[in-house]
Amino acid sequence: MDVLLLSRIQFAVTIGFHYIYPPLSIGLGVILVIMEGLYLRTRNPLYQQMTRFWVRIFGLTFAIGVATGIVMEFEFGTNWARYSRFVGDVFGSALAAEGIFAFFLESGFLAILLFGWDKVKPGMHFFATIMVCFGAHFSAVWIVVANSWMQTPTGYHIVETANGFRAEITDFWAMVFNPSSIDRLSHTIMGAWQAGAFFVISVSAYYLLKKKHEQFARNSIKIALAVAVVASLGQLLTGHSSAETLAQTQPAKLAAFEGIYEDGKPAGLTVIGYVDEANETVHGITIPGMLSWLVHGDPNAPITGLHAFAPEDRPPVQIVFQLYHAMVAIGMTLILLAVGGALLLWRGTLFKHTWLLWILVFSVLLPQLANQIGWAAAEIGRQPWIVYGLMRTAEGLSEVVTGQQVLGSLILFTLIYIGLFVLFIFLLDQKIKHGPLDEDLPTMGRRA
Amino acid sequence: MSGTEHLNVIWYVLVGVLFTGYAILDGFDLGTGALHLFTKKDLHRRTLLNAIGPVWDGNEVWLVTGGGALFAAFPEVYATAFSGFYTAFILLLFMLIFRAVSIDVRSKQAHPRWRAFWDTAFSVSSLLASLLIGVALGNIAYGVPLTAEGIYYGSVFAQLHPYALIVGVTTVALFMMHGAIYLVMKTDGELNAIIRNWIRPTMIFFFLMYTITTVATLLYVPKMTQPFQRSPWLFVVPLLTILAIANIPREIHHGREFRAFLSSCVAMVALMALFGIGMFPELIHSNPNPEYSLTAFNAASSPKTLKTMLTIALIGMPLVLAYTFSIYWIFRGKVKMDNMSY
Repeated sequence: MDVLLLSRIQFAVTIGFHYIYPPLSIGLGVILVIMEGLYLRTRNPLYQQMTRFWVRIFGLTFAIGVATGIVMEFEFGTNWARYSRFVGDVFGSALAAEGIFAFFLESGFLAILLFGWDKVKPGMHFFATIMVCFGAHFSAVWIVVANSWMQTPTGYHIVETANGFRAEITDFWAMVFNPSSIDRLSHTIMGAWQAGAFFVISVSAYYLLKKKHEQFARNSIKIALAVAVVASLGQLLTGHSSAETLAQTQPAKLAAFEGIYEDGKPAGLTVIGYVDEANETVHGITIPGMLSWLVHGDPNAPITGLHAFAPEDRPPVQIVFQLYHAMVAIGMTLILLAVGGALLLWRGTLFKHTWLLWILVFSVLLPQLANQIGWAAAEIGRQPWIVYGLMRTAEGLSEVVTGQQVLGSLILFTLIYIGLFVLFIFLLDQKIKHGPLDEDLPTMGRRA
Repeated sequence: MSGTEHLNVIWYVLVGVLFTGYAILDGFDLGTGALHLFTKKDLHRRTLLNAIGPVWDGNEVWLVTGGGALFAAFPEVYATAFSGFYTAFILLLFMLIFRAVSIDVRSKQAHPRWRAFWDTAFSVSSLLASLLIGVALGNIAYGVPLTAEGIYYGSVFAQLHPYALIVGVTTVALFMMHGAIYLVMKTDGELNAIIRNWIRPTMIFFFLMYTITTVATLLYVPKMTQPFQRSPWLFVVPLLTILAIANIPREIHHGREFRAFLSSCVAMVALMALFGIGMFPELIHSNPNPEYSLTAFNAASSPKTLKTMLTIALIGMPLVLAYTFSIYWIFRGKVKMDNMSY
């Protein structure tokens, strides 16, 4: 079997499965800070009960996130040893910084968040909640910085050493703030907030439909809808900004996103369609000049097309095009749901529309899907490069690992992850059916 | 030494510090796992899980950060080790996944078969993870056949040679002893009395393995002893190991469990120092061609990156130590369970 293909599939499987969980930790983290903050401000015991319920869910998602995250830290070495030798000086630094600045913060304060209710004062517990939330965001910072450097490398030079050529840092901050870092980080974090918010919205809508824990659900959904509105509109801004940067830094990827072959002409925006790769054209509904206008503010501005790149330097167009368009479509749906839901909430009719509550129950899948396929579009759109313009994916493989070994580990990872996912859904379902605990409503005389 | 070689030495030590932190901290929860099935009552097993409950995932962060630091400071070592030991490391990762999940889900269902399954998963994965870590250490000390480019074409069966297995079993014994001492400190009542009885057998097991490892090292890996022949004062380190371990039963006898645990920690620091001194400056020994060994000097990142990383470590490590001490302080004392417990 082909080691390259198998290693790419294994990386996709392990990172894709892992990435179900960190966005939930980041998004739920924000919501926990709001809930516990409200409790400390109002001393309304309901907020305490809400915080404790969502902390339990947080604990479950965090545990699987940690378990699957350790794999990622070592998979660069196991399957991509040549890549690791080439970028260790740069990429390794960001990964080590993530460990030191984010993981310790997150896991340390998580202990207080989960188990410290009776051990520390309420103010200290709230502080721990904030630190866990910060830790989750910091880990996004460093890992997105590392990945953005693979997309738009800056702040390095190529040096020949006894072991061959490699990239070395010349300017640490230029590496950290490479051209795509900020756009991609803000886009990732907004996606994570959406994941957390729609998760809370979904569970709360389910309670409202079942007429259980209604006060709990109404209060949870209010907070989550507020976060969802901010994050969904934020996605529009950060997504737009990302596309503008892409036109400058990775034009081949942007051209693949939109299926633009012709080089140097004004380009339209295809709302829905498919790429006819043989004839190098796109069939579908296209708004003329729209892409030029969005990227350059001028419908007649020229756009770099795929013809500007040799065929061996182009990403696969059809799949990138479809993933990107699906992500955008989901993003628009989420804006509709968040803003629409918030408007109905404001008018006081949200909880009366059963059909809408059912849509909200299933809405939890949408940000998860968008996060997955958005990342897939970003990574496949970088192909054939593992580090854009510097190293091809095929050149990054381990020297010594065989197809048989990777096939074996891929099968095992897949089986274990399917088992983990079934287990996660089963336990989550139980926790949700069990609902918030009455004993979590603090009573007088008991330490919070 | 040229102008920047001190940075390579500092990072050799710092990577060692991170892995030592990992051994001391995750060591007791891996040891707890290895001992888990020796308790029979459900309540006792739950208590063991909650004894490590608030800290185990923070402990694993030391491994993750150690891995990240190795990647950043010695990318050639990171790449060669993890690709060369592919199958063993993938197995280790599976064990760590199983462990994390079993700790988290074991008590979430009351069904006895559910609990028995996850209890076994927790114990077996902890045992195998400890063994694999030890086997890896044994291999990098004994040496693996590296090419001139510092690449290792390994097979998992070649990695299971007697010396590596001896180090592997010694690691299991060490973690079991360390775990038993930790648990004596964290439990009370009937369970405490049961665990007290584990201290002596685990100590004997460890002493036996330690002696075998020492003899095997003298016979098969004599290069590990060279630094001690060159600088006899270094014998303080193995002496410290022995004194620290000898101190454990004394402290337990006097009911000073925390000091017993500290002694065990000191013993582990001394053991890791012994390993580091014996290896220096090598990170992976090449056998047969020792000149191909990957060292702190030929496998490192650029001086600029080592310096930047040192700044990061100097800012980050005090924070890390502060959180670690605060968490252990907040959760000091005997385990008490509530409705958030595992």
